[in-house]
Amino acid sequence: MSAYDKVKAARDAKRLTAVDYINKMFGNSFFELHGDRRFGDDKAIVAGVAKLYDMPVTVIGIEKGRNTKERMTRNFGSANPEGYRKALRLMKQAEKFHRPVLCLVDTSGAYPGIGAEERGQGLAIAENIMEMMTLKTPILSILIGEGGSGGALALAVADEVWMLEDSIYSVISPEGCASILWKDSTKAPEASECLKLTSHNLFNLGVVERIIREPADSEDRKMFEGLKMLIARTFEKNMSIDAETLTENRYNRFRKLGNDF
Amino acid sequence: MDLFTFLKPKNELEGSQEETAMPFVPDSLWVKCNSCNTMLLASDLKENQGVCSKCNYHFRMTARERIEMIADKNSFEEINGEMESRDFLKFPQYKEKLMNAKIKSKEKESVVTGICSIGGNKTVLCVMSPDFMMGSMGTVTGEKITRAFEYATENLLPVVVFTVSGGARMQEGILSLMQMAKTSGAVKKHSDAGLLYITVLTDPTTGGVTASFAMEGDIILSEPNALVAFAGPRVVEQTTHTKLPKGFQRAEFVLDKGFIDAVVERKDMKKTLSMLLSLHTNVKEEN
Repeated sequence: MSAYDKVKAARDAKRLTAVDYINKMFGNSFFELHGDRRFGDDKAIVAGVAKLYDMPVTVIGIEKGRNTKERMTRNFGSANPEGYRKALRLMKQAEKFHRPVLCLVDTSGAYPGIGAEERGQGLAIAENIMEMMTLKTPILSILIGEGGSGGALALAVADEVWMLEDSIYSVISPEGCASILWKDSTKAPEASECLKLTSHNLFNLGVVERIIREPADSEDRKMFEGLKMLIARTFEKNMSIDAETLTENRYNRFRKLGNDF
Repeated sequence: MDLFTFLKPKNELEGSQEETAMPFVPDSLWVKCNSCNTMLLASDLKENQGVCSKCNYHFRMTARERIEMIADKNSFEEINGEMESRDFLKFPQYKEKLMNAKIKSKEKESVVTGICSIGGNKTVLCVMSPDFMMGSMGTVTGEKITRAFEYATENLLPVVVFTVSGGARMQEGILSLMQMAKTSGAVKKHSDAGLLYITVLTDPTTGGVTASFAMEGDIILSEPNALVAFAGPRVVEQTTHTKLPKGFQRAEFVLDKGFIDAVVERKDMKKTLSMLLSLHTNVKEEN
């Protein structure tokens, strides 16, 4: 598969979304919690508490929606500041009750709307990044589709970051990149290569720890059960580390990215 | 780099970079104000710290000009000044862009970092420069800012950062995005140590810089009329198909929405910073 094939796969309308992963892995144990307690409830972010086997966990996902109607409701998975603030509220709650946080990332980017700007989109993302860096409970982020720039990073400052094999993670969309470089957004395939946005590229750059094989379909029980076990094992390992070491490791994980001069 | 900058047609991008051509061109006697079109005598403009005497328009400034304006005379000592970006992704046109930026700005990167005193207060100072790829944040930018914060944390010093940026630098791919996390982590450690961080937003501060260290200050100041945005106005307009409110994303508008502490004119910037820094010296000594 070329890089652009991966981009298309990551954006495929039939691709499983955060809600699918939550249903498959947590079933009825997931209880959704709403609102940022400041402004509103952003439906682009689905978040709540669940049980991972016997372990209570906080789950936060960016949800694109699975059909046209859902996509409208979910704003196509582009969160507003209140979405990021809901996520942060629930991360702080997870810290209080010392349960791990699982983030499922799938967004083309934070929403560039008038209201979003007026309510401090930049600040909302900045606060998430800064607070996640020192959150005293384990965080694991998995990119399940698109990882679009700052809007994705706002839920991906974690002890480990994993990617589904056909997901992408990029500082800019290939179309945006192509229109700057060649004044031609149809050259997105070439731009996709340049940006090194595939899971394998990012693994080699040290930006992700693990690549997860794609589920064959939504009934691929073996895959979901395998992923669930991997998550549980990672949380168990990180729950046994004292908070200071955990956050220091997290800082060092990002500290070493792009520092070899 | 933010979406806004990305979606801008190339020629316009270059236009905006041209606009950053500093007003203090030594061989030109007259400079036209970008805002009111008044012809200003270059020497008067320089005297007036790059502010139009007719309409108060604040011209963009290079990092060195700003340091000269803010730091006490001869007090600035640069750190990590030798660090420079490499084209590690072999990204199209990046080598040439870097070379041009270096020639144009006479800097090695989009931020200058160092230690100085401001009104007698010892401070770590980071100043971004609009004439180096519009202050875009590459890995070296992120690393220099991170090191500056780490130095400040170790030495119990406050930090002042002047931001100007189109956002993360796409030519360095995902690693430029990661600088948002790296710098924010260093800011958090500095903050947790009880130390003061003041940001001064200047025109334009957008994208990944807005969504990281620019908005993380204890006190956030801005120059008048600076564009302060995550997504720039053009992208917002294109996405929403709506006419934008008057003054949208300008410093005064952002102040009104509650996201910055004060809009400070250039002529008052040094004394404001000195006052705020000295107001926090007891914190420094207690540590």
